[in-house]
Amino acid sequence: MFGLSRGDAVLWLFVLLLVLAAPILLNPFPESSALAQFNAGYPDLMQRFLIFGIFAVGFNILFGLTGYLSFGHAAFLGAGSYAGVWMLKLLTINVLPAIIISTLVAGLFSLLIGYISLRRSGIYFSILTLAFAQMSFALAASVLTPITGGETGLQTALNDPRIFDAANTTGNIPAPSLFGMTMGDSHQVAVGDWLWTFNVGYYLCAFVMMIAFYIAIRIFRSPFGMMLKAIKSNNERLSYTGINPRPYTLAAFVISGMYAGLAGGLMVAMDPLAGAERMQWTASGEVVLMTILGGVGTLIGPVFGAGLIKYFENIFSKINESLLQTWFSFLPDGVSDFVVTVIYPFVGKGWHLTLGLVFMLVVIFLPGGLVGGINGLYKRIFNKSNQAN
Amino acid sequence: MSIEKNLDKLQLSRRTVLKAGAAGMAAGAAPMIIPSTAHAHMNEPTGSSVTLGFNVPQSGPYADEGADELRAYELAVEHLNGGGDGGMMGTFSSKALQGDGILGRKVEYVTGDTQTKPDAARASARSMIEKDGAVMITGGSSSGVAVAVQALCQEAGIIFMAGLTHSNDTTGKDKKANGFRHFFNSYMSGAALAPILAANYGTDRTAYHLTADYNWGYTTEEAVRTSTEAIGWKTAAAVKTPLSQTDFSSYIAPVQASGADVLVLNHYGANMVNSLTSAVQFGLRNAQANGKNFEIVVPLYSRLMAKGAGENVKGIFGSTNWHWSLSDEGSKAFVKSFGTKYGFPPSQAAHTCYVQTLLYADACQRAGSHNPCAVAEALEGFEFDGLGNGPTLYRAEDHQCFKDVLVVKGKENPDNEFDLLEIVEVTPAAQVTYDASIFGGDLGTCNAG
Repeated sequence: MFGLSRGDAVLWLFVLLLVLAAPILLNPFPESSALAQFNAGYPDLMQRFLIFGIFAVGFNILFGLTGYLSFGHAAFLGAGSYAGVWMLKLLTINVLPAIIISTLVAGLFSLLIGYISLRRSGIYFSILTLAFAQMSFALAASVLTPITGGETGLQTALNDPRIFDAANTTGNIPAPSLFGMTMGDSHQVAVGDWLWTFNVGYYLCAFVMMIAFYIAIRIFRSPFGMMLKAIKSNNERLSYTGINPRPYTLAAFVISGMYAGLAGGLMVAMDPLAGAERMQWTASGEVVLMTILGGVGTLIGPVFGAGLIKYFENIFSKINESLLQTWFSFLPDGVSDFVVTVIYPFVGKGWHLTLGLVFMLVVIFLPGGLVGGINGLYKRIFNKSNQAN
Repeated sequence: MSIEKNLDKLQLSRRTVLKAGAAGMAAGAAPMIIPSTAHAHMNEPTGSSVTLGFNVPQSGPYADEGADELRAYELAVEHLNGGGDGGMMGTFSSKALQGDGILGRKVEYVTGDTQTKPDAARASARSMIEKDGAVMITGGSSSGVAVAVQALCQEAGIIFMAGLTHSNDTTGKDKKANGFRHFFNSYMSGAALAPILAANYGTDRTAYHLTADYNWGYTTEEAVRTSTEAIGWKTAAAVKTPLSQTDFSSYIAPVQASGADVLVLNHYGANMVNSLTSAVQFGLRNAQANGKNFEIVVPLYSRLMAKGAGENVKGIFGSTNWHWSLSDEGSKAFVKSFGTKYGFPPSQAAHTCYVQTLLYADACQRAGSHNPCAVAEALEGFEFDGLGNGPTLYRAEDHQCFKDVLVVKGKENPDNEFDLLEIVEVTPAAQVTYDASIFGGDLGTCNAG
């Protein structure tokens, strides 16, 4: 199908199904139950799952295929975000130009940084990209304040020119839209005690994500992708055969930079604000975590990794002490206080701690990431049933 | 096709039973599509409770303020639901609140961490609106965050009751119809401080500004600069420092060589604690410049900062929105119930957040609705008293409160660990009132989602 092998087509369709049904799948708990706290099926988080999924899939094209570990990919996400907000301010509130331009801007930016950084490999490459990203962050946060809004962030305003749009008479800043469909619009469907939210912005993200995922599969399976894998397995041997690996790595770097820019553009299309902290090194580290958690070099792994981290960040961080107390109020007084004291450091603002533990467990017991683990499990069951036969 | 029919004919093949079952299930749990127009406004409360969103910094340089804000919110919710001693509800000039929640609905709340980053704050606010159905968002301890979240609430059709935000922008160039601020601003600090500085340090001074590099820092620097230059001071230099900075020694080192004899620290929270400590370590407080004693000024002061900076704050002037040692009935009632619950007096951040929650609840009660447009109408031009700062006006033109401003000084001989600031002067509201149009910006129209 569309030049995909059977297995890849099944994978793509499987992801498509998951993504389409996500508003239902991510809200497994009834609204009135205490477990509704763990529902993730609301537009903001679902959009984030997909946007960071795109970011991580793109990062994986560089890291998973060539083995070049970039510690500065957030710079491209940030550059894309700023470009996107400027398009929403200058051209039109329609998100299409914003998404396209942010991808291109991030592509150019990554060409510049990649051209310099790729003169080195290994740890030196990582440090170079990290340095560039921190420079970009510092520039965005202070020196370039007129362009980036500094630490206040860049937002749309009532008196923006928006040259392609009709004069705005509503008295409110227009919301980002795609040919009249507002990104924030949702249809809610209530079935029994379940409430599902189908959001316009989410399905735009889904559409873009499925295209991005398709392109990623094609890159993985192409001769170009094979060349990138060759670079990962033995760069020197490749050089000795007379092939100059640098154009290939640079191409991979730019492609993954464009994925990051696309993610940045989608982010501002969903919520038209760009802050400098999007470029900070912690944001660059986050995408590395996502990729490793999900499975380096696997197609779908980074998407799962992104989902897991965003879930922790948005759901676990919101469990506060009083909520814990209501949950454990059925226990005797002293016991419930004790349980709450034990659990509290791992939720709320301590969500990093839980994530750290999960990360450690994954790295120790599932070196191939979540997807590697699932594959291993699948093979085990398959082999066992084979033996039984 | 009905089940009965099939049973009558006794054609109970597996297929028909399955079909009938599916039809029955579909009839029993028919999906109900709720178009967005079904509600009068965004997140209209329908059950027996109403959810408020408390979005405060739980990490980052303003985490201390955020923790105190959260305490105040919890106290306010307790009082609104009729618990505790009622706090300021007894002294508030409006008597609409009954202690039975808001409009008879029990008040519940969700919390989030702004991390003092506009991006993270908006993500947290969005999840409160979309997931938890919050009908109002409040909190924050940074103007960067306040401006970002205010714009989000405007777009989503939710009321935003700003927490601690001191930049002119919040109700100036970035003001929004759905946003309201009780806290004072940079302009008022400058206007209140200048006469005191002139009286204490003279009119022939040269100031050196260190400014936090975001919108609050800019407007504070500008306000202090304008008002001190009006009394005859000169400005030697103004240097911007990153919000995430923790070591200010490289910024303090050039101050003495600049020819300045006053250092103005446009810093807040942990930033101010670190920069002031650094300035003291460099011996600035004992230094002489231009034949005068070197002085330090902190335009926006708080007790939490004074506590963090310890000994170093003694004798340093600044302005504050509210202080627990005020002796009016409202302040006393608030300090009493806060102290009873937590064991120490509240900060100005706690005060403004508590008051904002009561003001919102009261406005809903008077408007008879949670509709942002109705609430905004009830708040606009609202005059009240008994909430700690004397008679106060919520100005309709920019949604800014106008009330007395306190000029304070680090106490030389504190009696206890909370008694760190002494009130030098209570500047009357009239002296700090300005024309609503001077900062530009446009409120727009209220948005009910």
